Amino acid sequence: MKCRKCGRPAVFNMRQHKLALCQVHYPEWFVAQTARAIEKYHMFTPDDRVLVAVSGGKDSLALWDVLLQLGYRADGLYIDLGIDDGVGYSAASRAKVEQFAAARANAHFTIVDIKAEYGETLPEAARRTRRGRGKPCSVCGLIKRHAMNRITRDGGYDVLATGHNLDDEAAVLFGNVLHWQTGYIARQAPVLPASGEGLARKVKPFCRFYERETAAYALITGIDYIYDECPYAVGATSIRHKGILNQMEEEAPGTKMQFYLGLLRARKEGLFRELAEEVELHPCANCGQLTSAPGLCTFCRLWREAPAP
Amino acid sequence: MKITYRDQEWELEGRWRVRDAIKEVGLLPQTVLAVRDGKLLTEDTLLDENDEIKLVAVISGG
Repeated sequence: MKCRKCGRPAVFNMRQHKLALCQVHYPEWFVAQTARAIEKYHMFTPDDRVLVAVSGGKDSLALWDVLLQLGYRADGLYIDLGIDDGVGYSAASRAKVEQFAAARANAHFTIVDIKAEYGETLPEAARRTRRGRGKPCSVCGLIKRHAMNRITRDGGYDVLATGHNLDDEAAVLFGNVLHWQTGYIARQAPVLPASGEGLARKVKPFCRFYERETAAYALITGIDYIYDECPYAVGATSIRHKGILNQMEEEAPGTKMQFYLGLLRARKEGLFRELAEEVELHPCANCGQLTSAPGLCTFCRLWREAPAP
Repeated sequence: MKITYRDQEWELEGRWRVRDAIKEVGLLPQTVLAVRDGKLLTEDTLLDENDEIKLVAVISGG
């Protein structure tokens, strides 16, 4: 297989685009496509300060790398959840972020250490509470969303960027369609606008890349990322949905892309206009972040909840 | 050839194309990348009998 641009041996082929590229032209294509997505969806401009949520995985480190290459003022945010589970998962992922930043003069980052700030790690909080018992991923999402909003606001950032790729988005859409969660479907987009002072503007510059494309970029450019999944993600519904979508993709290349881009097209045509109603939000009495019910937000209630029986 | 994926390992006899070798060990080509000597391989690459191939999972998240 030859590179379409230069005819040298290709290292990566994208069946859905009928495009194979070499060691030199694949990273170039990837960076250019990211720049195009940022522009197409009006995500941010060179004047904006961008906070990139980094986990130590391929997607977020690749995103940080590309944004820095493109000249954006992009700082990292690592949230240390204290996941050990016998494999030292958080310590290993944090080390990847630190190594990444140490190798780049312009890569600055903030660490939020959940245990140090709130007195418990994610697994400890999950075990204590009714919400988290047996499903730490629910508490994990809550903690991460809160920390990302907080640091975006307190650090004076204009926008929060996450490394969600097309497979992530297609799996979420698949789950929401299966359960006809029309409100969630209506809100799923490459850009989530800010809401008052409490909720940061969120963007997903990699939302048009397949997961294998971000992995290929990381491997080709030598980004050292954590290969292992979070120990709690094993058997997660979203991973099961990704597997189903990948089986369909195997038979018919482009299936995942059509599924997700079809959603974006339908939104543009106004299909979800009636569903995307504004939810009334109130500032949390403790932290000030916006929440759907008056009083304390779910995050602040989490830390005050008595141990579940 | 030797193929490794996470903590699993297989030996395949003869020459295989990357795509067929991935299917032979029971994985979906869409879900892994094949690496030989640190270099990424396209799915049509014909592997040698003595090659050592590492398969890298591309799926993450939860």
